This record gives sequence, structure tokens and C-alpha cells, in this order.
Amino acid sequence: MYRYDPIDQRLVDARVAQFRDQTRRYLAGELEEEEFKALRLRNGLYLQRHAPMLRVAIPYGLLSSLQLRKLAHVARRYDRGYGHFSTRQNVQFNWPRLEDVPDILAELATVQMHAIQTSGNTIRNITCDHFAGVAPDEVVDPLVWCELLRQWSTFHPEFAYLPRKFKIAVSGSPADRAASLVHDIGLAALMGTDPDSKESGSVPGFRVAAGGGLGRTPIVGHVIREFLPWRHLLSYLEAILRVYNRYGRRDSLHKARLKILVKARGPEAFAREVEAEWSHLRNGPATLTQQDVQRIEARFSKPGTDPDLTAEHAEFTLKKMRSVPGFAAWERRNVHPHRLPGYAVVTLSLKKTGVPPGDVTAGQMEAIADLAERYSFGELRVTHEQNLVFADVARGDLPALWQALRAQGLATPNIGLLTNIISCPGGDFCSLANARSIPVAESIQRRFEDLDYLFDIGELDLNISGCMNACGHHHVGHIGILGVDKNGSEFYQLEIGGSQGARAALGRVLGPALRAAEVPDAIERLIEVYLEQRDSEAERFVDVVRRIGSEPFRERVYAKDHPESADRRRRLAVA
Amino acid sequence: MPKIIRNRRIVDDGWRLLDADALLAPGEDGFVPEIPAGDVVAPVGLWRARRDELTGRPGRIGVLLAGHDEPEAIAPALAMLSLVAVRFDKFSDGRGYSLARLLRERHGWRGELRATGDVARDQLLYLERCGFDSFELREGEDAQAALAAFAELSEQYQVSATAPRPLFRRRAA
Repeated sequence: MYRYDPIDQRLVDARVAQFRDQTRRYLAGELEEEEFKALRLRNGLYLQRHAPMLRVAIPYGLLSSLQLRKLAHVARRYDRGYGHFSTRQNVQFNWPRLEDVPDILAELATVQMHAIQTSGNTIRNITCDHFAGVAPDEVVDPLVWCELLRQWSTFHPEFAYLPRKFKIAVSGSPADRAASLVHDIGLAALMGTDPDSKESGSVPGFRVAAGGGLGRTPIVGHVIREFLPWRHLLSYLEAILRVYNRYGRRDSLHKARLKILVKARGPEAFAREVEAEWSHLRNGPATLTQQDVQRIEARFSKPGTDPDLTAEHAEFTLKKMRSVPGFAAWERRNVHPHRLPGYAVVTLSLKKTGVPPGDVTAGQMEAIADLAERYSFGELRVTHEQNLVFADVARGDLPALWQALRAQGLATPNIGLLTNIISCPGGDFCSLANARSIPVAESIQRRFEDLDYLFDIGELDLNISGCMNACGHHHVGHIGILGVDKNGSEFYQLEIGGSQGARAALGRVLGPALRAAEVPDAIERLIEVYLEQRDSEAERFVDVVRRIGSEPFRERVYAKDHPESADRRRRLAVA
Repeated sequence: MPKIIRNRRIVDDGWRLLDADALLAPGEDGFVPEIPAGDVVAPVGLWRARRDELTGRPGRIGVLLAGHDEPEAIAPALAMLSLVAVRFDKFSDGRGYSLARLLRERHGWRGELRATGDVARDQLLYLERCGFDSFELREGEDAQAALAAFAELSEQYQVSATAPRPLFRRRAA
């Protein structure tokens, strides 16, 4: 991961001092509520249902053991002993005191962490593929570009009071594990030709999509440039942001995102406007050079580059381990291929039944920090699916790591499966929510606890949001659940057919919203239809929805005379 | 005389803002009032309508733009002006930051560039980086205390009106 130089450190320290003074002035009554709000938000601080919520940035999801231990310390000392990893690869603390926040930020700064621009109408934390740099299918390693974007967007003076928040995601593989098409700007790194360059052959660059987003108006982003050579990354993004800052709507909170501007102008016209602005900035001082990029690259630690000579022995051990109950299932779901032979990528599931998705206790954080040091070069990643990843594990270490993770409740073999639910904190914590998310997630996890059944259902993304702001990415779940408020009661609307990745699509609402107690049954019925209809195990739930449409699913979920209905009523009565 | 911040110092301000409504419509006598002499700031509509009279009078001229105005509205005439002011109706409306950079970096404005309206201490640093060099703080702001804001962040990563080279290139030097 990137290590700060003295200037990076000075800036983060200066920010702490600045915010400390702003907080002091607010508490002394020298700063108006509304103005302090704009300032605290750009330092990640919300005032929430129970207490302030502090969102700490984890730039493009990279975290060191040292940093994780600091997060554990913050959780214990200033919070209630746990933290919540969010879909934006950040971590949130739900119980700090406003007066303590400057001290928390000062502690974080000692390990090169901050909460800069994790909220507010600013350029937010840059998100990235959680397998960046290690995925076998990767075309371009996006990490160095993420860091360049982090620096460029941090304290950008022109774009500090945008019409609305602004999210950028970067992916370097065709699979697009960063869900880049549902961001204000989605960058797909790839190789291409730069007509103006002296470099021969193909050079890294980006396919630029703009105007994607979830929220109450979900839209898949439009490609506005097929290939942007790497040198122009910053100047081109500056052009997009400037067009947005000047012409994005400011009259309505709900119409202020970039996606509304792109839609109003039309993607082609918007692209032309950006190109016209860029024509002035192109080849200007923000143009990157090889040295600039190499300097950033040189500050990245490079774990996992030694070829593992014991690989053969590792495979022999692994073969034996597969007869140990549980290991094979974990290996199948939570271990992923690494671009180097002898290494594997491991996902730590934060989706154990009964634990709110993405929540980790201080004790677990410390244990994870130790394990990352022992097994993955002291580094880990946060995924937008609210799990953690060890990116560089020697294959021979997998059995020991599995046992250690099991002891911490972090080895649930459900990555990519139905119970790997993405969920926002929902009405239990968030003041925006219309309904609770966590209890619904848990009720579904309980219904699908049988591992054989879960594995038989195969790959399925189930996402839950407690309101239409869609922090739980429900629009791009194969099954999406949205909490809605009906006359003061919590109801849940189902969507099916959504997907993230290169074939990003938005789910469609199935029918009338259901009561919380009805949701697990409805999911079970969706699965029944899927299992009846699939042509083979290779055809996933979302593939079947695409092939046969949503009608058969809708019919089953809302059928009154379904043979299971009586049984279902009985079970509801018991519940 | 009212005080403003110019080049990080508190100074007297001799500019007078003209009332466009009063100077664009005929008065009770049926005549459009004359534009006063001296250093005046004309809202861009007034500047467009009565440019010749403004330039023909003794005294310097400034033009006031709103966040939504295009810099092209005054770009060809910048040589005639001694001040450009940008009004922030609300501190959270960031359009003026882009406008400032365009005036400085694209249209070559070297004269005084003033932020006015809902301008307070915590905006000063970024405003300055975008090219503003004078600041008319809103009512109730303590100008002396606000000066501290300029020094809050010592470095910046990006290219901007005050940083012609990005940090990544300056680091190389």
C-alpha cells in the first residue's frame, strides 16, 4: 500500500488542527449549525439517531495491520467496541462523542488515516477493485491511479462545494469488481493506443463512464470516452468536475447528482461539453509524466512478489485438508486465485448469521491484524461487499489461516452466495432510514443456514437498503430489498434481476411491498422458482431472471393458494 | 470606510457597489439616473446596458458576476476593468470557485478578484487557491480572526490559480 511522504503527513496533521479549531468554535457558539454541518461532513462526521457517526476513509480499500489496530483502539476507547465496514470501503463508528472527534482524528493521523471528504458535497473516497494488483484477470493494476486520484481530489479547492456528493470508482479488470458503472465516474483501466504519444504500442488508459449511481434515481453510467491515455487522467477528470460544478442542478437535493445532468443533457452532448472544457486543460500542467507515476508507485509496498518455492508441497497438504469438514467449502467460496503461482487471495466473511453485515469487534480487528501480519504481509483490503480480504496468502498457509479465522467467526463459507448479504446499517442506526435492514438480513440468513442448500443455490447477490438512498446497493443485487415506510410501518419491496460488474443492470420491482416477517418466505419462493427453472447448475439465479423474466417469480411470491401458504402462515404465527 | 481583506491584510475598501435596479429603470422624473463618479462596481447587467457611460466617467470600474454567469460576459472587456467581483448567494454554492479559476487561468485576469456575499472564514483558503485575492466578509465575521484560515493547510496537491505546478511535480524538484 501507499506510504505517506512528509508532505502527505503534514497535510493530514494540519487537517486535524483545522477541524479541532472548527469544533471548538462550534461548541463556543461562534459557528452556525448549518456552516459547521458543511465542515463536519467533510470530516466524515454525521449527527445520527443515537450519537454522531464518524466515517473514516480507507482509501481504495487498502488497510495495514497497524491501521487496523488503531481502529480497534478507537472502537474500544471512543466507541462501543466495534466498527462497521461500509459499501464504500470505509469504516464507520456509530457512538463517538462530538467533543472526542478531533482526538480520534489525531490518533488516526498517527497511522496515516483520516476522515477527509468521507461525506459532504465533495469528491468522496476513491473506491477500487478489492482484488487490485493480485487478480489473474487484471489488465492494468489500478492502485497507483487510485492514489493519484486520492491526492488530486484531497482538498481540491475548486470542487469543495459541489452540487452534491461525488463518487469515483476504478477497476482494472473486465469483471469490474468495483461496480464502477454505478458511480458518478467509473474508470475501467485497460490498454490502448495514445495517438499523441511517443511511446510505441499500447499504453495504460481508461474507459470513462459518467453519470451512474444508485439512490432514488438509479442509473447505469454512460461511456463518454472509450480510451483516455493515462497522462490525461487528472486533466480530463477536472474537466468533468468543472462542467458538473458549473451546471449541475443546485435547486433540488434530489436532482443534484451528476447522473441527472448527464441525463438532462444526453450522454453524447455531455461528453462533447466535457471534451470542449478539456480542450483547454489538455496537455496543461496537470498532465502526468512517467516520473510522476513512478514516484507514487515507488511509495507502494509490494507484498507477495517472491515466488513460493514450496508450492508443490502446499498442494499436497491442501489435497489432504479437503477431507476435513468445512475446509473444502471454505476453500471453494472464500479462496480466490492469485496472479502468482503459490499464492491465494482469501476473503474473510463478515456475514456470519447473527452479526450485522460488515460489523467487526475490536477484538476481531486485533486478531485480524495479527493474522494479516502472519499470513499476508501485514496488509488487508475492505471490499464494497463489506468483507475483508487477505490478498497475498501463501497457499501452504491456507489450512492454518482457515483454522484461525474459524476461531474468530470469520470463515463463514458464503462469499458470492445468498447469505453474503450487503446491508446498510438501516433504521437501527441511521436517521435517514425508513426501515431496519439488519434484522431482515438476519432473518434471511437464518432461513438459508443449511450449507448444502446454500451451495446448491449457487451464486446470488442479495442486497438490502433501509431507504431509497440505496447505501445497501439493492438496485444491483440479483435480489434487492428496499425498506419503505407505509403509514409509519416498515415494509420491504423486492427487486430482482439487478447485477453489478461489467454487465451492470438495475433490478425491477416485483410487486407490492411485504411485511418483514414475510420476507424470508418470499425469498424462499424466489429460490424455488429458480431451482425449478434453471437449465443447469451453471445457470445462476440472475441468468434465469434474464431468460424467463420476472413474471413467474412474481406469481409465486404473491400466490395466495400456494401449497406452502398454510405452512407459511403457521410459521408466521409461531414467529 | 468598510474593511475588506486584500492580499491577506485588512484594508479600507473604497469601492461602491451600484444598485442595478435603480440605474436601469427611469426614475420619477422619467430619466434614467446618471451613474456616479468614483470607483464603482457594476452588476454585469448594468455593465452590459450602460457600458459606454461607465467607461466615459471619471473613476475606476469593477463588474460583479453571479455564480451562474459565464466569464465570457466580461472576458473581452477585462482590459477596461480594475476589479472583478463574484457574489456567493450561499456559501455552499461552489460555482464561483470555477468561475474564478476560469477568469484567472483561461482569461488571464491579473487584477483584483473579489469574493463577496456569503463569504466567511472557513471558505477563504480554497477561495484564495482558486484565484480570489480580496474578500468582503459577510456581516458579523471577525476579519482579524479569519486571517488565520489562510495558513491552515500549508500545501496543496492540485494545480490551481495559485499553484501553476502540481505537488507531484514540485516533489520531483
